[in-house]
Amino acid sequence: MTSASDICAGRLAPGAYHEAFSDLHAALDRHEARVAAERCLFCYDAPCVNACPTGIDIPLFIRQIATGNDQGAGKTILDSNIFGGMCARVCPTETLCEEACVRNAAEGKPVIIGELQRHATDAVMASGRQLYRQGARTGKRIAVVGAGPAGLSCAHRLATLGHDVVVFDGRAKPGGLNEHGIASYKSTNNFAQAEVDWILSVGGIELRCGQMLGHDFTLADLRRDFDAVFLGLGLQAVNALGAEGDDLNGVEDAVAFIEALRQSTDLSTLPIGRRVVVIGGGMTAIDAAVQAKKLGAEEVTIVYRRGAEQMGASGYEQELALVNGVVIRHWARPVAVYAADGALRAVSFAATTVENGRLVDTGETFELPADQLFRAIGQVFVPQVLEGSHDVLELEGGRIAVDFERRTSLPDVWAGGDCAAGGRDLTVVAVEDGKQAALSINRMLQGFVPLAAE
Amino acid sequence: MADLSVNFCGIKSPNPFWLASAPPTDKAYNIERAFRAGWGGAVWKTLGEDGPPIVNVSGPRYGVVHGPDRRVTAFNNIELITDRILEINLQEIAEMKRRWPDRAIVVSLMVPCEEEAWKRILPRVEATGADGIELNFGCPHGMSERGMGAAVGQVPEYVEMVTRWCKTHSRMPVIVKLTPNITDVRKPAEAAKRGGADAVSLINTINSIVGVDLDRMVPNPHTDGKATHGGMCGPAVKPIALNMVAEIARSPATRGLPISGIGGIETWRDAAEFIALGCGTVQVCTAAMVYGFKIVQEMITGLEEFMDQHGYASVSDFVGAAVPNVTDWQYLNLNYAVKARIDQNLCIKCGRCHVACEDTSHQAITHLVDGVRHFEVIDEECVGCNLCASVCPIENCITMEPLVNEIDRRTGRLVDGSYLNWTQHPNNPLSAAAKKPLEPLEPAE
Repeated sequence: MTSASDICAGRLAPGAYHEAFSDLHAALDRHEARVAAERCLFCYDAPCVNACPTGIDIPLFIRQIATGNDQGAGKTILDSNIFGGMCARVCPTETLCEEACVRNAAEGKPVIIGELQRHATDAVMASGRQLYRQGARTGKRIAVVGAGPAGLSCAHRLATLGHDVVVFDGRAKPGGLNEHGIASYKSTNNFAQAEVDWILSVGGIELRCGQMLGHDFTLADLRRDFDAVFLGLGLQAVNALGAEGDDLNGVEDAVAFIEALRQSTDLSTLPIGRRVVVIGGGMTAIDAAVQAKKLGAEEVTIVYRRGAEQMGASGYEQELALVNGVVIRHWARPVAVYAADGALRAVSFAATTVENGRLVDTGETFELPADQLFRAIGQVFVPQVLEGSHDVLELEGGRIAVDFERRTSLPDVWAGGDCAAGGRDLTVVAVEDGKQAALSINRMLQGFVPLAAE
Repeated sequence: MADLSVNFCGIKSPNPFWLASAPPTDKAYNIERAFRAGWGGAVWKTLGEDGPPIVNVSGPRYGVVHGPDRRVTAFNNIELITDRILEINLQEIAEMKRRWPDRAIVVSLMVPCEEEAWKRILPRVEATGADGIELNFGCPHGMSERGMGAAVGQVPEYVEMVTRWCKTHSRMPVIVKLTPNITDVRKPAEAAKRGGADAVSLINTINSIVGVDLDRMVPNPHTDGKATHGGMCGPAVKPIALNMVAEIARSPATRGLPISGIGGIETWRDAAEFIALGCGTVQVCTAAMVYGFKIVQEMITGLEEFMDQHGYASVSDFVGAAVPNVTDWQYLNLNYAVKARIDQNLCIKCGRCHVACEDTSHQAITHLVDGVRHFEVIDEECVGCNLCASVCPIENCITMEPLVNEIDRRTGRLVDGSYLNWTQHPNNPLSAAAKKPLEPLEPAE
């Protein structure tokens, strides 16, 4: 850090960090949960269930909460989504189950399904009970690459079906984006690791951390040594800014910032700029911007090249940023960053608009002073990790092509989560991918012919 | 502006809202607060014989049934009659009557089924200046095992006998409070009338167990691990009370006998319903015990507004107004037909109407139309049962619309406004029509 740069740690009073990064929502207490649960109409063929990528039986679990059966409610959730606890915290429910809730039509306010889901899954976690066990052993061994939501969802389902699973992960800790890529205030008290520990305790799953595909082993190795392979690799690289000065001191990846923040044991040691600019419009941009603000940045501005409606972040997330004092500027793209003494000082932008369906510059420009810039403009899959196999593993749009059962072009390889094509880059979708892949693998191992694609 | 004052068998009160004989009317302190809040009258909590005080349990006296958000749907209780000294109660009654001369103070009584016992207490009550007495023939617990309360109320001959004693030995109006824990409530009502009662009041509480503590395996509320049935009251009992009131109001033997309605009255609307079925006053306990005495202000203003809207100058204008429309099933018009109609603008698409009809009734509501979630009545199957409208969470979204001069597509029959009841129906082997051509009969009143 140079003397000119205003990036420093310890912007808050020592005691203020805990408050700033505490739980986004206080958990519902028993009474609040019951009152909220009693609003559920127990719809027939409930729209919320159809809106949930994992198809949780929402009316049933809410009725179980209403009748005082929190543990049963938790099991209903976890039967469909083993990451029900984390999804309760990070799902954009306002665009999934809660958007579909018929109470919106009735009085403009959905049943708070996400918070009720957290209430029920927290009850299971608090009880310390293991609800599942490895099924009768089949003797089949499956390799799962990536200990994120897709990989662990797949591993857990496979274990309950009686298979033995080895999970490989390049990082030192399992959890994937749940552990490394989600804002701290959405997963407090080390919830992500507690959930992973609980999932792994089902039995039949061996975890090998620090083992990276394409580095420590190859896909060919796995295909040789295991009966089936599931790839839940996530995305490895961050898109470049496309502006001059991308490599300046102070220009960083939002995902790396979020990860460093999540793994930090002392937030007061984390450096943050006085004036921060975040480029992007998704959840990552919001998470980075809000956390920069919480770390004590004075001015945080998200700049997105299109309008609020096109942002990947939900309306709720955008509001969260605004409430936390983040400024969101739409319709602008970065064109250059300016430095002094080797440190970032400002970013210049070109105003944009849509003409004939294409994004174009209007000709206007403006500049924002900035000590630090976070790139949150999407991540990409790096097929090189497949090393030597990617010539046969078909890609689609830069990600691994899969069918509706999450089968890849290789007969013994499945893929899911963000590395698979056609997903929505959501935890809940990754969990469903892992689950469906496990069911498909199980069918294959039992000798069933693959289901015909619809 | 509607006049809410009533004259109920000679007892006057500024409005028809009385507090029922119960804990809220146990002593002067409560009555003072109640009258300040606006209650038109109070039935003083039941007095017993002079003697050693009544002993209550010191464990819980109340059980409860909760609805959503812990709304009280019903209480039950195992409290006995007043456990205060008789003379103190009588002094307080006299004092309250002096302080509130315009309010009705009726004294509830329960003494052993011996004429001498009644002869002893009646003059002492009369000396207080109380407006009348109410005979507690309904208390279902504790006292009934001692030959009082419901033990009397369940034997019409005793009801008649004790009522007659009271009319013989007192000049006060006598209201006989009836127990619902009986097969036909008209019988004790008739007995009361024969005994000279000026009025009846009903219902007293219903024998009940409100729930079971599944950890201790004992019903609630329990005393040192054992439980007994209690008397249930509150909104859940209102339909039972309305029916019993209506039965007495429309029975030829008791028609015209003043009725003080009791049972789950919480709002002006509840009160108006009891009045429409023949009650000259209404009595309230549970709602006051849940919300405090202030609720009477909602009741007074609500009833005034209702009466003004309907052009009723006084309460007596609509006492019993709904009674002529209460009849027996056999006189209902079997030619009348309705169909459910779903207002698609109000429908929130919860699907409750569909699943209720599909799983448990007549398969007369769609779920998908052309693959789209859409709930619509299938007239060919709809019997007009009202289940869908009952379970719909949105008011007025589903309505039952009468067929008028059109074919009922379920039966293929023209609904032409004609009248045919079961006594006339050809399927009834006892009807005239089964034996000879149809000839219309007038329904018995």
